[in-house]
Parts: sequence; structure tokens; C-alpha cells
Amino acid sequence: MTTTATTSADTGTEAPAVTAAARRKKLVPYWLLLPGILWLVVFFAAPLVYQASTSVQTGSLEEGFKVTWHFATYADALTEYYPQFLRSVAYSATATVLCLALGYPLAYLIAFKAGRWRNLLMVLVIAPFFTSFLIRTLAWKTILSDGGPVVSALGSLHILDVTNALGVTEGHRVLATPLAVVCGLTYNFLPFMILPLYTSLERIDPRLHEAAGDLYATPLTTFRKVTFPLSMPGVVAGTLLTFIPATGDYINAELLGSTDQKMIGNVIQSQFLRVLDYPTAAALSFILMAAILAMVTLYIRKSGTEDLV
Amino acid sequence: MTATAPTAGSSGTDVRLTAISKRYGSFTAVHPLDLAIPAGSFFALLGASGCGKTTTLRMIAGLEDPTTGSVELAGKDVTALPPHKRPVNTVFQSYALFPHLDIYENVAFGLRRRGIKSVKKQVGDMLDLVQLGDFARRKPHQLSGGQQQRVAVARALINHPQVLLLDEPLGALDLKLRRQMQLELKRIQTEVGITFVHVTHDQEEAMTMADTVAVMNGGRVEQLGAPADLYETPRTTFVANFLGTSNLITADVLGTSGDDILLRACDTKLTLPATRCTTTARTGEKLLIGIRPEKITLTHADDAGTIPDGRNRITGRIADSSFIGVSTQYVIDSPVGPGLSVYEQNIERDSRLAPGAEVVLHWNPGHSFGLDAAQSVEAGTDAGEGT
Ligand SMILES: Nc1ncnc2c1ncn2[C@@H]1O[C@H](COP(=O)(O)OP(=O)(O)OP(=O)(O)O)[C@@H](O)[C@H]1O
Ligand SMILES: [Mg+2]
Repeated sequence: MTTTATTSADTGTEAPAVTAAARRKKLVPYWLLLPGILWLVVFFAAPLVYQASTSVQTGSLEEGFKVTWHFATYADALTEYYPQFLRSVAYSATATVLCLALGYPLAYLIAFKAGRWRNLLMVLVIAPFFTSFLIRTLAWKTILSDGGPVVSALGSLHILDVTNALGVTEGHRVLATPLAVVCGLTYNFLPFMILPLYTSLERIDPRLHEAAGDLYATPLTTFRKVTFPLSMPGVVAGTLLTFIPATGDYINAELLGSTDQKMIGNVIQSQFLRVLDYPTAAALSFILMAAILAMVTLYIRKSGTEDLV
Repeated sequence: MTATAPTAGSSGTDVRLTAISKRYGSFTAVHPLDLAIPAGSFFALLGASGCGKTTTLRMIAGLEDPTTGSVELAGKDVTALPPHKRPVNTVFQSYALFPHLDIYENVAFGLRRRGIKSVKKQVGDMLDLVQLGDFARRKPHQLSGGQQQRVAVARALINHPQVLLLDEPLGALDLKLRRQMQLELKRIQTEVGITFVHVTHDQEEAMTMADTVAVMNGGRVEQLGAPADLYETPRTTFVANFLGTSNLITADVLGTSGDDILLRACDTKLTLPATRCTTTARTGEKLLIGIRPEKITLTHADDAGTIPDGRNRITGRIADSSFIGVSTQYVIDSPVGPGLSVYEQNIERDSRLAPGAEVVLHWNPGHSFGLDAAQSVEAGTDAGEGT
């Protein structure tokens, strides 16, 4: 009894000062977060709320738009533009798979085999970023132009016959076909695939490869059982960084495709800037966002990345 | 340097290295070396940090291509074989456990790669053996360093390879567990009859566990032999200093008398049986005479008369003494050399043997050894306790 009394008396005198200091210390991280939070509020949360309210407005440009909680815009937008939605997902998924197929070997090579060329190769990977997205896509327009050397080469090698049969090109053209748009997407987003892949591969201790070899694993088995599982965080990050922006992209479809290759990004862009139907454009944006969010969540669940590292 | 380990009485040579060497650019990590390790033996590679132990081991495992020479396992040249085709397993110095697999799967890895389906019992037994049965479903990063090390041992041992290569497998364990694992490894080795090549910089570990010890220094094997032979008859100052402690005294060769070599160090006459000298002693030249600290007896100068004849004796003064329980360690300054060490058993302690006392150090000449005086007396001393 006596001891309890003394202790509480002791803490009674000292506690307030101590806890106040401790509390201030605990708050420091939150103060440091403040600029970031402000940034998010001003440039993410506020526009989001504004768009949300736009999506449930009705009216016209002349009379002005009013919030009427008109949710039917969503249903109408979806029924009218679902082909573009599906096309976006299909193009973007194809481009993501192609990026992975092209990017993985390259990242692997740079991480494990490049030796002193490593840094130079990494600079080359990000070199395209030194020019603008638009210019690079325009360059592809020239590269794939009708009758240009690339198209004639593909034609004389009978590759165009194959792609025609697959339905991704038509006649003697590459431009204004699905192939061109997917190629453009693949090219433009490849660095976003390679960078996270490289980062996760580079972190793998090469001694693990030795250990696997020592334990009777052939190089192929070593890759299947050790390297690839350990690079999963990079694969997941890379596919997300490619898939998400590629789904919403409109420049590739705009410059390399025709009206038959319009993606959802093109629709949103024209609704906002040309048709000036703001509610539909906002609703489409929200549908796109929700769809991507749902797909990404499902994907992360499936790939079980939380288990890795 | 050619060195052949004494055959352990079983089916011949298991690992044979012929003129094997490794260069990294202009740096030679391992000088051409020949080594024959008998089947079923416990072979230790002992040496200071950076002397090329790991490199030698990696060449046996196939993880490093030798610059010259060849590796033979059980009479078969495997120099060109990749690691996964060699019947050897390695316990890596850095463990190299697979971080994405749990302990169970780490240990089962080798069995699965060889297409063995029912691994449950073997893995369970193995984990029990290294006392990690309860940790089967943990990931490596959820284990302590010592536990990870035991997983590394289990992961290699479960495959019952023809040769098990252990690269400092017990470095991270505390003394008690270390002794326990040493006994365990030794027991397994005798039971299963696997050839163990054990790399360590702990001389005590090498001496207690191995049948044959090869002492490496600067990419060369300095000496190879049974632990007791290495300890009693070192051939180089490095071995003399690296394995235990030695007092090395520089002396002039006066001549020979019968089977003995007569020496003089600072007016003190010493004798050394010719059989205990691994180098040729030429009259008029210098020789190093070595004696282990525990072989020396200390007698107070007042009692010098009681010392029996025929013993080597030098005089000195106690500079320091430290009591460490089973023995007392003295540092003695003598005309023949400063800082000689002497270990005396604490049986009947002479209270006069305190710092400042004049003493006579004497020993049986048969316990001393002769070394070539051209070597550095200091070799192996700093490096001795593993940097
Ligand atoms: N890849 C490499 N490139 C250049 N030098 C190397 C390389 N690997 C090892 N060395 C050098 O070769 C020498 C021997 O290395 P090794 O790893 O065999 O030493 P060790 O005897 O195992 O030492 P420790 O007891 O510290 O593990 C060292 O001096 C080291 O710096
Ligand atoms: Mg080593």
C-alpha cells in the first residue's frame, strides 16, 4: 500500500512535463507529413470531390450545370461506351504482357550479367524520358507510316500476313490498327516495367543462385524456384505501373489508331474538351477508376505479394 | 607445395586437388596447391581471414572456376561440371537461405530437386537434429543468426552428399551451442561416413574436430597433418604462432653432439634433438628454437639448484602474471627475448613467483622444435586470433 502511494505521488509531480515532451516528440512525424497531406488535399481530394459532384449534375453549357443527383449518367455512359472500356482493358493488358515479356529478360540481364555496363544500360532504359511522350509517339507514327521501310519489311517477310490473319492489322497498313496502338503502348510504358523489375532482381543475393545450384537445381529450376518468386514484388509493381496508366492512355490510340481503336481515354478526352458533356466525362472517369481499382485489388490478392518480403 | 593427408584407413581419396589455383586479376587468392582428402575423413582448412579458404572450398563445389589445375571427386574429374552436377553440398559462410521459403522448404530443397517425393520424415528428423523442430514454418528472417546457421547445416546435410563442404558453419553460435554442434557434426560424420571439409579460423575447433588439419596462409598450405603433429612439430613460424602460442628464440648453431644440436642464445646454451628440427642446422648459422608455454617449468632463482640436469634453462624476470583459474600465465623478460610466455598449472603455487621475481625457465629439450631462422618470428601472431 505504502509503495503504491509513493509511486503515484512521484509520478504525479513529474508526469505532466515528461508526457508533454513525449507527446510533442510523437507528433513530429505527423508535422513532417503535413506538406504531403496538403498536397493531396489540394491536388487529389478536392478535384476528386469536384468531379464526383460534376458526374451527378445535369444541364447544358448554356444553362449551366446543377447537381441533381442524376445517377443515370453512369448507366448511360456504361451502356454507350462499354466497347471502349473493354478495348482499353484488352489493349492495356496485351501491352502489359508484352512489356513483361520484353522487360524481364532485359532487367535480368542488367541485374546479373551486365557487370560494369549496368549503369550505362540503366541510363539507356530511361533515356526515352528525355523527350516528351507526345514526340516519341509521333515518331512511332513516322516509323509505322504506310509504305515506310518498317511496313514494307514486315510485308515482304510475310509478318503482315500473320498479323492480318490474327486480325490485328489490315491490308498493307500497320498504322491505324490495333497492332500499332498496342506497340505504342508497349514502347511507351516499357521503362515503367523494367525499373521495378530491375530493382527487385538486383536485390536478390547472387549467393542464393549458388546455393540453389549447390542443392542440385539446374539453372532453369533455380530461376523457377528462386529467382522468379523473389522478383514477384517487381513483377507486381511493374505490371501495375504499366497497366494502370496504359488503360487510361489516349495519346497512343489518338496518334497511332483510327476511330476503330478508340480507347476510353479518348472518349473522356473528347467528352471533356470537344462535346463539353462534363457529367458524362466525369462519370466515365469514375467508372474507369473503380474498374481499375477492382482489377488491381483482385490482382494483388491473387499474386499474394504481401507474403513476399 | 605438395601435401598429402595420411589416409584415414578407408576407401582411398575422395577429393583430390591437383595444382589448383585461383587468380582474381593480378591478385592470387590461392597459389597452386595439391591436396588429397581421404574418403570419410574430417578435414579442416584452417587459416586467418582472407587466406583463401573459402575460395578453395568454392572451387571444390564448382562455384568458382580454378585458374589452373583440376578437381577430382572419388577419382572422377569434375573440373568442368557445374555445381548442380557435383555430389557435394555446401554450408555457406553467409548461410544463403532462401528468404521466400520457410525453414521446412529450405531444408527440403535439395531432396525435392532430386525428385524425392516423401520428404516429410527426413526433413522432420533433420530439423529435430538441429533442434529446430518447432520452427519448421518460420521464414529465415524470423530466426536468430545461430538458428539460421543451423538451418544452413541441415539443408546441406540432409542430402547425404559424398562430400560436405562447411564454410565456418558454427561462427555465429555461442560457445555452448558451438560445442554441442561440433560434437553433433562429428557424430554425424562418423556415423554417416561423409567426407567433411570444414573451413574455420578457430584453431581449437579445427583441432578438436578434424582428423587432418591444413593450415593455410596467404593462399598456400603451410602445413598439413594430424592436429597433435601440427601442434607439437610445427614446420613454420606461422603454424607455430597460429596454432596456440609459441616462444620462438633466435639462437646460433654451435655444432652437434650425438643426436643433439647445440645452440647458444645470449650466452645461454640450449640443446635441441636433431629429430625435432625440420630444417638443416649449419654450424655458425642461426636457428629458431621454439617451445610451447605449457612445456616450460618456472623455478625461483633461489631454487635453481634443484633443477635436474639435461634440461634447457634460461633465466629471466617475471614481468607480469595473470591468474586464469586452471593455470597462471606469466610473461617473462629474459636476455634471450622479451615477453616469453609460460603457463603453469595451479597445483602448488609458489608464492614467490610474482612480478619482479628472478626465475629460471627450464624444459625438456625433446619438447622444443627447430625452425628456419629466415622466417619472420611474428608470422601468424596478429592473425592468430581471427581478424
Ligand atoms: N571475387 C573476388 N575478386 C577479387 N578478390 C577476391 C574475390 N573473392 C575473394 N577475393 C580475395 O581472395 C582472398 C581469399 O578470399 P577467401 O574468401 O577465400 O578468404 P577466406 O580465407 O575464406 O577468409 P575468411 O576467413 O575471412 O572467410 C581475399 O584476399 C579476398 O579479398
Ligand atoms: Mg571465408
